Amino acid sequence: MELKSNVPDGPLAEKWDKHRFSSKLVNPANRRKHKVIVVGTGLAGASASATLAEQGYEVSTFCIQDSPRRAHSIAAQGGINAAKNYQNDGDSVQRLFYDTIKGGDFRSREANVYRLAQVSNNIIDQCVAQGVPFAREYGGTLANRSFGGAQVSRTFYARGQTGQQLLLGAYSALSRQIKTGKVSIHSRQEMMELVLVDGKARGIVTRNIITGKLETHAADAVILATGGYGNAYFLSTNAMASNVTAAWRAHKKGAGFANPCFVQIHPTCIPVHGSFQSKLTLMSESLRNDGRVWVPATPGDTRKPASIPEEERDYYLESKYPSFGNLVPRDVASRNAKEQCDAGKGVGTTNLAVYLDFADAIRRDGKDTILKKYGNLFQMYEKITDSNPLYEPMMIYPAVHYTMGGLWVDYNLMTTIPGLFAIGECNFSDHGANRLGASALMQGLADGYFIVGTSIANYIGSTTLDEVSSDNPAFSDATREVENRIKRLLKSSEGGPEGKLTVDEIHKELGLLLWDYCGMARKREGLEKALLLLPKIQKKFWNRVYIPGKGKELNQSLERAGRLADFLEFAEIMFIDALEREESCGCHLREESQTEENEAKRDDASFSHVAVWEYQGDGARAKLHREELVFQNVTPSQRSYK
Amino acid sequence: MNTKSISLTLEIWRQKDSKSKGDFETYSLENISTGMSFLEMLDVLNETLTGRGLDPVAFDHDCREGICGMCGAVINGIAHGPEPETTLCQLHMRHFNDGDTLVIEPFRSRAFPIHKDLVTDRSALDRIIQAGGYVSVNTGGTPDGNTIPIPSATAELSMDAAACIGCGACIASCPNGAAMLFTGAKISQLSLLPQGQPERKQRAMAMVTTMDKEGFGNCTNERECEAVCPKGISITNIARMNREFVKAAMLG
Repeated sequence: MELKSNVPDGPLAEKWDKHRFSSKLVNPANRRKHKVIVVGTGLAGASASATLAEQGYEVSTFCIQDSPRRAHSIAAQGGINAAKNYQNDGDSVQRLFYDTIKGGDFRSREANVYRLAQVSNNIIDQCVAQGVPFAREYGGTLANRSFGGAQVSRTFYARGQTGQQLLLGAYSALSRQIKTGKVSIHSRQEMMELVLVDGKARGIVTRNIITGKLETHAADAVILATGGYGNAYFLSTNAMASNVTAAWRAHKKGAGFANPCFVQIHPTCIPVHGSFQSKLTLMSESLRNDGRVWVPATPGDTRKPASIPEEERDYYLESKYPSFGNLVPRDVASRNAKEQCDAGKGVGTTNLAVYLDFADAIRRDGKDTILKKYGNLFQMYEKITDSNPLYEPMMIYPAVHYTMGGLWVDYNLMTTIPGLFAIGECNFSDHGANRLGASALMQGLADGYFIVGTSIANYIGSTTLDEVSSDNPAFSDATREVENRIKRLLKSSEGGPEGKLTVDEIHKELGLLLWDYCGMARKREGLEKALLLLPKIQKKFWNRVYIPGKGKELNQSLERAGRLADFLEFAEIMFIDALEREESCGCHLREESQTEENEAKRDDASFSHVAVWEYQGDGARAKLHREELVFQNVTPSQRSYK
Repeated sequence: MNTKSISLTLEIWRQKDSKSKGDFETYSLENISTGMSFLEMLDVLNETLTGRGLDPVAFDHDCREGICGMCGAVINGIAHGPEPETTLCQLHMRHFNDGDTLVIEPFRSRAFPIHKDLVTDRSALDRIIQAGGYVSVNTGGTPDGNTIPIPSATAELSMDAAACIGCGACIASCPNGAAMLFTGAKISQLSLLPQGQPERKQRAMAMVTTMDKEGFGNCTNERECEAVCPKGISITNIARMNREFVKAAMLG
């Protein structure tokens, strides 16, 4: 596997311009002769589909939900960053670039991140033109807020529903192209396999979720916009159907997978309340601007929070990090919450929660001010937990939220398979080892609206693409592989449910293994143990899973089983990637790599690279390749929040 | 959070596929924690049915945060259940009592054929949007965001309409199976904003025509849609749509 980043030469600020000039074009009259498949209709997939169709390509777009409007981008709350500097507070493309690369703990590629910052401004203009109702100042200009500890106000928002409004904007552009016939939309279709012809991505096999029938689709290029793999952990803030299958199938066909152990764990989520819990809900981290985090000073103290006097409380973030206090970055806040709970000081019925207390803020600013800032979040919290944060401290606990790792892509967003592109959360591209708040929406739309179109033209314009239809034997071979996989999945269900396990029971077991050994803090010993335990869960799955029903019908258990089968294989590269990366960086702490003050210690001498895994066949350990990261414009610095 | 366990009787609509005839089946469930969401309660039922070798109940769901619009069912005659401004995934079992019987049906409407059990086909809503629920701008070449000043109050009013999650509860609860709250919300969002002006008339005409063609009914001011809307979308959006439509039809 050759990792050629294809980053253009020249000064950082001129690379993208230069690259667009040197990229090949496709004559407008010829574009209609080329077909592109887009899998996924989140911000990246919907925006790419609409844009490519506007440019004149024939586009086939696929989504797993009943409508392209429902992809998980819709759940993003906070906002979207852009370097507009509308607030005249010192922001610039350079500063957004720097903040993003520093936030990623210097584990991303300079050129990609700089381009992201450059196109961020176009995104806002595009969304405004579409009629996205961003918040406005009284004078009619766009409003901004500071988000996630940024020192400038560069975040654009539409109430607490920014993701929804941006997605509905992209969905409306997509709908317009569906109406013109340039996009054919295939809802309730799940990608099951990637089809290669002569080593190039030329199509996909999908399963119609309603009928269970397999379909084949051929094209000149395939774009994956299939999101992240946070659901490997079973419990995460991801939507229930979010999965790794499309990316994993591509990996098994030769696409390198980059940094699979880079997973963001968000500190402010509503805690787990029972074994029946199906997903976790994120509460915006803006709450930490006014809330104070504490636990009882004595382990095992089960008194109600109001009965614990001030001197018997441990405001651990404030005492440990006096200058940042409750506003330490996500990873530091998450790790410390876990440490407190591990020390027996956790609260709530499961003892896996810490308090986030607004009592002081209410005393200081008054109830009305606090409600104005956080009213909708308090309401959301009360709806789920039946407790009002005005009168009782909130309980929070970290949860898996976003995956920075993903398919390795070059500067063109192309994977190691020619003709296969990956955009949005499913690539590894821009966030390094940690993602800044309000940057996921920015990256999804940057990739889809403003970058992948150039890449598709360049690829089609510079590649000899023979006529390939779905009659090609590669498609029937791939279909047969999928049929066999489904048969194999259903095999253990013959003979009924006696002594069998459900898909979710096994998924919960995998989730716990990942959470315990590949969560916020990792160590060699634990990861090695996990690698011994994983095959046992895999074996249990294939021998004992019970899936009711058949393959050729609407069968939600079978859908979940197929996704879990891929998570079970994928988990192995998460563990080995974590094992290999013997440094603390970004979102995770490697216990062997700490400073004297027990803080994360990055190791630039040995790990300033992207770890890219190459599939070596079933049962064989994946092979590691490294893309060394070169910093010519910024100097990596160690973080300190003391 | 104080939780307790309750027992329930569930009468759930079971239908094998779009061609088969469906009927209610009765299930008893015990030890349901009041801390569960409604969908988690259905998860528990499905785990139990699976363990007994029976077919689990098919239902749509995805984000489980009340924003994707994928979930929805009618509980004892009310779309998304008894709590106001709440999707099914955000409805918690503490709102029910020990011993309750819950009748659970899919979102029924002529324009929503049933695929299986509680899963319906709502693609007609996508086709209404495709008819004109957008501003026709291509990617690129748009003016700087701040060249279009929009009063804060206008942006907020537009956002009130834009908050629609497209779940279809309004249609399921309307005695006429009308999609007017859904369509009115999109028409309102865009007709309130300067960006929506150039296509204002053809948008109203095209979307209303498609709505009729897809088999949705008309509004007779029952206000059931507004009562069940999980996002609190107001029927003033229907009035605005009617004005937009009349202006477009009469004045051309």
